[in-house]
Formats: sequence, structure tokens, C-alpha cells
Amino acid sequence: MSASNLDPSRLTIAAAAERLRRRELSAGEILEACLARIAATEPRLRAFLTVSGELARSQAREADERLRRGEPRSVLDGIPIALKDVFVTRGVRTTAASRILENFVPPYDATTVARLRERGAVLIGKTNCDEFAMGSSTENSAFGPTRNPWSLDRVPGGSSGGSAVAVAAGQCLGALGTDTGGSIRLPAAYCGVVGLKPTYGRVSRQGIVAYASSLDQVGPFGADVRDAAILLEALAGHDPLDSTSAPLPVPRYQDALRPEADGLRVGVPREYFQEGMQPEVESGVREAIAVLESLGAAVEMVSLPHTPYAVAAYYLVATAEASSNLARYDGIRYGRRAAAKTLLETYRRSREQGFGAEVKRRIMLGTYALSAGYYDAYYVKAQKVRTLIRRDFDRAFEQCDVLVAPTAPTTAFRLGEKTADPLTMYLSDVLTISVNLAGLPGMSIPCGVDGGGLPIGLQLIGKPFGEESLLRAAYAYEQATDWHELRPDPALCAAQGPAGGPGDGGARR
Amino acid sequence: MTFEPVIGLEVHAQLLTRSKLFCACSAAFGAAPNAHTCPVCMAFPGVLPVVNRQAVEFAIRAGLAAGCRIAPVSQWARKNYFYPDLPKAYQISMYEAPICVGGRVSFTVGGEHRAVRLTRIHLEEDAGKSIHDAHADSSLVDLNRAGVPLLEIVSEPELGSPAEAAAYLKSLRSIVQYLEICDGNMEEGSFRCDANISVRPAGGDRLGTRAEVKNMNSFRAVERALEHEIARQIAVVSGGGQVVQETRLWDAEREVTRPMRSKEFAHDYRYFPEPDLPPLVVDEAWVERVRAGLPELPSARRVRFVRDLGLPDYDAEVLTARRDVADYFEAAAGGQPNAKAIGNWVMESVLRIVRERRLDDPPRIRDWPVAPEALADLVALIDRGTISGKIAKTVFDEMVASGRPPREIVESRGLVQLTDAAAIAAAVDRVIAAHGDKVAEYRSGKEKLFGFFVGQVMKATEGKANPKQVNDLLRERLRG
Repeated sequence: MSASNLDPSRLTIAAAAERLRRRELSAGEILEACLARIAATEPRLRAFLTVSGELARSQAREADERLRRGEPRSVLDGIPIALKDVFVTRGVRTTAASRILENFVPPYDATTVARLRERGAVLIGKTNCDEFAMGSSTENSAFGPTRNPWSLDRVPGGSSGGSAVAVAAGQCLGALGTDTGGSIRLPAAYCGVVGLKPTYGRVSRQGIVAYASSLDQVGPFGADVRDAAILLEALAGHDPLDSTSAPLPVPRYQDALRPEADGLRVGVPREYFQEGMQPEVESGVREAIAVLESLGAAVEMVSLPHTPYAVAAYYLVATAEASSNLARYDGIRYGRRAAAKTLLETYRRSREQGFGAEVKRRIMLGTYALSAGYYDAYYVKAQKVRTLIRRDFDRAFEQCDVLVAPTAPTTAFRLGEKTADPLTMYLSDVLTISVNLAGLPGMSIPCGVDGGGLPIGLQLIGKPFGEESLLRAAYAYEQATDWHELRPDPALCAAQGPAGGPGDGGARR
Repeated sequence: MTFEPVIGLEVHAQLLTRSKLFCACSAAFGAAPNAHTCPVCMAFPGVLPVVNRQAVEFAIRAGLAAGCRIAPVSQWARKNYFYPDLPKAYQISMYEAPICVGGRVSFTVGGEHRAVRLTRIHLEEDAGKSIHDAHADSSLVDLNRAGVPLLEIVSEPELGSPAEAAAYLKSLRSIVQYLEICDGNMEEGSFRCDANISVRPAGGDRLGTRAEVKNMNSFRAVERALEHEIARQIAVVSGGGQVVQETRLWDAEREVTRPMRSKEFAHDYRYFPEPDLPPLVVDEAWVERVRAGLPELPSARRVRFVRDLGLPDYDAEVLTARRDVADYFEAAAGGQPNAKAIGNWVMESVLRIVRERRLDDPPRIRDWPVAPEALADLVALIDRGTISGKIAKTVFDEMVASGRPPREIVESRGLVQLTDAAAIAAAVDRVIAAHGDKVAEYRSGKEKLFGFFVGQVMKATEGKANPKQVNDLLRERLRG
């Protein structure tokens, strides 16, 4: 089977919606094509923790009924969407890729899930991720890693690896993830899809299994920039149930999509091109900057001097919040409870057995950072660094509308390559973390492939609530290039037998 | 060496909001266990707190009443600890930036007016309830109370005696009841108090090591516990020992404080700003709206009752302790010349019936036994001499029983006081004629018999004769 234009699972959301509207295709057909892709590829990719085929089929039937009457609820009506397994879904198991929530079936929907349902989207399943979204490779899932469809011995990035893979491999037409330190942008870059992390407060966090509350943000994965814009428009907006969501009107993001970059001021942060980055990544990103310039953008270098402190500050703030957010998993009211004689033993064993190593590590780091006598030196200091990083960006944005940089210093690394050394793993996020600390919107779009055929990600960073500028720059670039049309070889993902070695993830246009 | 105690109180007042502090669940007391719960107050994954605006307004009300500075920006904080009745394993409270700062509360102790300064007032959520004695081998958890809003009111350590502490506490309770933000029920735990106590050589300026005492469920318990704890600490220090910084529990049955946990085992609560809630912003317009709606507070009302209505200090204190009682009194006494008499009737008769019939539903008396206007009419009947004070008690009981107005009762039952001098004289003469022997005894010096003659005359007039006229006439006639 090859990536034919006729395979509905390879359509963009925009194209599929158009065909649904013209009734050239049914929601049922799109869903079945995606389910077929899942059946063929899941044994190797393992992007999903739960495939909710039955729910999806009934939603697709309802969508087709509405489409038949000519009354679609939105452009997403009948479109199969996958959700990272940290989105709470009424009646559908929600694990956060953790043993401690292995059999947790929530009685309510996340606000973002409810928004998708209201718009007629078909919820095809829950995707794999690092446990509680803590990780950069999806290897920290309690249920085994997800593999990169471009090369099965590579990680898909994390923590929203399953969602990125599901879009890249045509298992769904769009997906949602969360991004706390790069968890949407990094897997988008490694998997060659578009990933958008909105401004903190742009999208409701209600119903997202919390990792680090002041950093977590929901965002979409799409096959191209328009799909990301369509999904963002559906997700964004104030939610009375999330007091940190912004009471600002939601622009029509698709209106920002114009094929030129005239007058757009693009900044290139000096500190994001470091020693030791993969040369192909640097050249790919520099070429992309040249493309933007050719489209009318004014490019200049800017400086974000506090960048070197971002990773340290992040691992204090994020772990501090996580240590508190994850304290509720005690085995008492829901989730896994270990048999024990006393209360203390119940707590200890339930958490000992329920949490994986990385989650425990972060709980301990965060508990330490908040402890009496250390709080000022760690947590308070980290918050000060956060302010300095925000000011760096404020200053840079006095001169420009968007910043562009690599999403990651390298393309996707090998499974197991960094698991032995948490610090090396933490450094995968060195170029994405500042954006979360500053609460800014960020995006990763494909801008090339390396010698091994692995995708390279171009990161765009915007002002607070400047998603339109991001989308405009990304769309102009995308229109001028065709990297987004590259798809991993479906035969590779579906092939039987052992996972392929390096470099066998050939791309096809 | 003599020692003096230094006491500071931390009061938790449960707020009378309809819903909980961070979710829409009912905050009402007394429902079936876990009936008032939802994913938010049970801390399911992914849920977020949303601040109850009414609770914030109640905090502002309390702050203004106590003369606090209302912070334009305050900050929620997480207090982290594991316990089964704390579902999130953290309590959302305020720490570094409380909503109300400073302020003072005045109170009366031993007839003297005093005041204590407040450190702060902040908002926080209550925990659920653990029930340890229902089953032999397990504890039960009821989360109805989890998330109910509390006001924590912290005084400076400057109360000098258990009596002062209790008086401050009563005054504070009176204020929160006036504001209608808390029912002030100590037994049910909606108004709770912890105390920090230390002792030092009298007149010293350095504070001694303090102990914290918890579990005091009445004003009396507070006084008794503090007395005991002060005596204990003085004994320790006088014996050359050192007071240990620790938390102690008051055992009301044995009347002792017992250690609960020492400083080494004190929790490290790992406070940090609550990232799920933005800073709490209270603008001036809001504060002014709340200020405009504040009721007259008990201290101001007491002063006014003394000044304008001529009440004795003590009566004014009792009658203003609760807003509903003061309102009732004022409705009865308004425009009446004899406010003091009305006050006595309220304190002695009306509130007695309220207690007997359990008409109190703090902070409100559900049902008044007689309307305030009717009470005023009754007192007017006495003042005009229509009925005697003695008959008035009968009339009052009848008013409570039947709800009829006093004048109607007096008329229909012929209770109008006999003031006709001729009629009284006739009765007196009859009594003197009928008791010649006793008259002789009286005249020979046995003056104690005077009461007997009064009794006989009252009996003859069915109690209706004006007692003063009876007295005067009897004295005259017995003189012989």
C-alpha cells in the first residue's frame, strides 16, 4: 500500500472536511481508513494506549447523519482526532501512561474534549506519552515506548509522542497533545508534522492530568499549518472552569494564513544556535530563514541572554509543581491501590508500585526544591530566572514579530540512547523550555530531513497571544516549500518482522 | 518570681456560603456522608479550582469590620500534606500574601474595654472529616466538608489572660455573626480556635517558647485549657525546666493538655503559590461596595444604646452581642420612653422562651415568641399603670401561648389594675374587719404581719389592686 491521494487517512483536515461537505466521502469511510492504518501499523508503532473504535464509529455515524442533512456542526464534524492520554475523557480509560491510573475511567470530559465533541469530531483513541507527560522520548510510558514512523529504532520525541506519530502515520487526521517544556514541539519536529503550543492561558487546562500547572498547555498536531489553525480555533477561548485561561476573544486563525511574509519582522536568537548541534539541523533552519526572507520577511539577530539558565529553572519549577500535583494519587479514591495494613503503607506501596522511575525522580526533586530551608535557594530563585527569561523575550519582541530557531539541536535519537542519563535526556528540551517558562506560543513545522531521512523541525516563537503571527509565518514558509508533504513510508511502519535499522526510514513525496 | 502569660489565637470561621470555596457543591452541614462531593472536591485528575466570589466578599466584610487593610492583590498558596480527608494532599490557603492585613478587635473584660490587634485574616478551604470510631479495623472519610470556605483570623500574641482570650473570642464571634458570614457554632465546629501560649517573667519583653493548644470546643473549654496550660508552663519554668515547642491537645474530660506532636515532627508544609489560580485582585470599587453594605457593628451599637437609649453598660453589652437580638430590642424600644424595661423583658423573658423552645438557629433566631411591637405594648401597659408588673408576667405567657395582643388579653380577662381608691379602701376595710386578732398583734409591734395584710387584700381583689395604693392605705388604716 502506498500513500495514495485517495487514501482518506492521508488527507488533511481541511481537505477531508471539504470532501465530507461535498459528500464525496463519508465520516465512516475516513474513520475506517484510519482504523485500518491503526490495525496495520500499531503492532510496530504503538502510538495508542486505547483505540476507542466503537465510540468513534457511533460518532462517525452521527456525523454522517448531520452531513447528510447538510448540517455539519463545524469543519471538524466527522474528522477522526486522537488525544494524548492525559486528556480526561468521559467513559474512556485515561491513564496518563501510568500504572497508577491503569484502570481509571473518568466520569467527566476535559473542556477541550467537550469542545471537540460539540464540534462533531470523532474521538478515535488515546495516545501514548511519557508517564504524566514527564519525558522527551515517550520511553517513560508505563506501557512501553512508541516508535518513530520514519525509523523504527528512533524515538518519536516526547512527551506527546503518540499523538505526533498518529498524525504522521495517518492513524488519524489530527491530534491533541500537551506541552510543558516542549512536549508538543519536540515530537512534532522528530515526526515531521506541525505542532503548536499556544500561549499559556489560550486553551483551557481543565481536565488535563496536571504535570506542572504554570507551564502545561494544550495544543494541536496537524499534517500542515492550516490543520493546526483549524484545531486551535476549536480549542481556544476562555473557560470558566480554568481560572488561568484568558478571557480574550478567539481570532479566526485561518484568516491569518497568507502566502507572503511582507513586513513580517523575524528575529533569530543567537543563543539557539549552539556548539554541538547537528550540522544538518543548523543548515536546514538557516535555509528556512532564508526562505522567509525571500518571502518578504525582515530578518535580524536577537539575543536571549538568560537562555543557559532555562533548563535548570524549568526542572525546579516543573518538579516543584509536579510533586504537589501528583500527591493526590494515593490509592484511596481511584486508581491503583496496593494492599497494605496501615494508611502509611497504603500510600507508600500504592505510589511505589504505581509510579515509574522518572516520575519518582521528579517528585523527589520537586519536594526537595520546596522544602523548608531550600525554598528560597531553589524555587524562588527559579521564579526569578523565569522573570528574566520573560524579559529577554519582551526585549526581543520590541524588534520583531516572531522568532525562529531549531526546535531541537538534533533529529530523533535512538531508543535507549538517553534513558540511562536523565540529564542528557533533559537537554533534549534545551531549545523549547524557555517558551514555556515565558508562557509564549511556540510552534514546530517540518523544514527538511537529515542524511538519514529524519525530519528537522523549525521552531517559531511568538508574542503572548501572537498565534496569528506564528501561523502567518509558518504558512508562508509552508506554501513556499514542500517538506510538509513528506510522509514516512507506510510500508515500513506496517512491515512484519523486526524493526528496521538506522537510515531505513525512507521518505516519499 | 511571678510570670505572665502571652496568648495569641488562631480562629477558623466556617463561612455561610451556599457552595464550597472552589467548586459548586453545597457547603451545607448535615447531609449524608459524601453527598456533597464532585470531581473537584474529591481531587480527581485534571480538575481545577474556581474561586467562590461570595467567600471573597465575606472575607472583605470581615476585614473591613476589623479595620484591616484589604490587599488589592493577594495570593493563594498550597499547603502540602498527606491525609485521607485532604483529597488533593494539599490545602489551598493563603500564605505570604493574605487578603486582609492588620486590624483590631475590641472586647470588654471585667467591665473594661480593651482591644487586640490582628495579624491577618485569610481564606482557605476546610478538609473533610475522618471518622475513626465507626469500625474497629478501618477509618471512614466524609468529604462533605472538604472545600468548605474558612476564614482564618490570626491575632497578635498580646492577650494577657484566659479571660481576655475568651472575651476577644466572644467579641469576634459576635462580629462574624453580625456580618452574617458565620453561624459561630463552636460545638459543631463552625467557629474553631487554636491558641499559642507562652509565659515570661512579669513585665518582660521577650516572648517565651510557645506551645500550641488545639481541640477547644467551647468558650469555657478555651478558658479552662488556657488556665491549665499557663499553670503547666509556669510549673515547668519555675522548676528550672524549659517549655518545649509543640502542639498539645485539650482533653476536656480530664481537664489537661496532652502533647500531640513536637517541633521535630512538625510538618514541612512546602508552601508555594497556587499555580492553578491567578492572584486574587480586589479593586477599590468592590471594597467600597462591601463597606457601604456593612451593618452597624456590635461595639458601635453598644455605645449608641448607652448614649441614646440610656441602657446600663451591661445591658447594652448583652443586648448587642447578637445582631438579631439587638434588632429585636431596637424594634421594641424604638420611640418608647422605657428602653431599659424593654431590655429587661428581652433578656429575662423573651430569650428564656427562645431557649426553652429552641427557636435559635445561629446566627438567626428562627421565630420570635412575641412580636417586638407587642412587647412594647405590654411594657406601655405597665408604665401607664393599667396592669401591674406581676400581672404583666401572666399576660406575657398568654401572649406567647395565644399570640393575642396584650391589651386584648388584659381586657378580655379583666386584668386591668384596680386603681379606684374607694374600691381598694373597701377591700382593705373588709380585711381589717375580718382579722381583728392579727390587727391587734400588728399594732402591738409585730410589724412582719404587714405582708400578710397585703396578701389578703390582693387575694380579695384577684391580684388586680395597685400594690402602691394598697400599701399606702393599709399602713394608714393599721396605724389605727
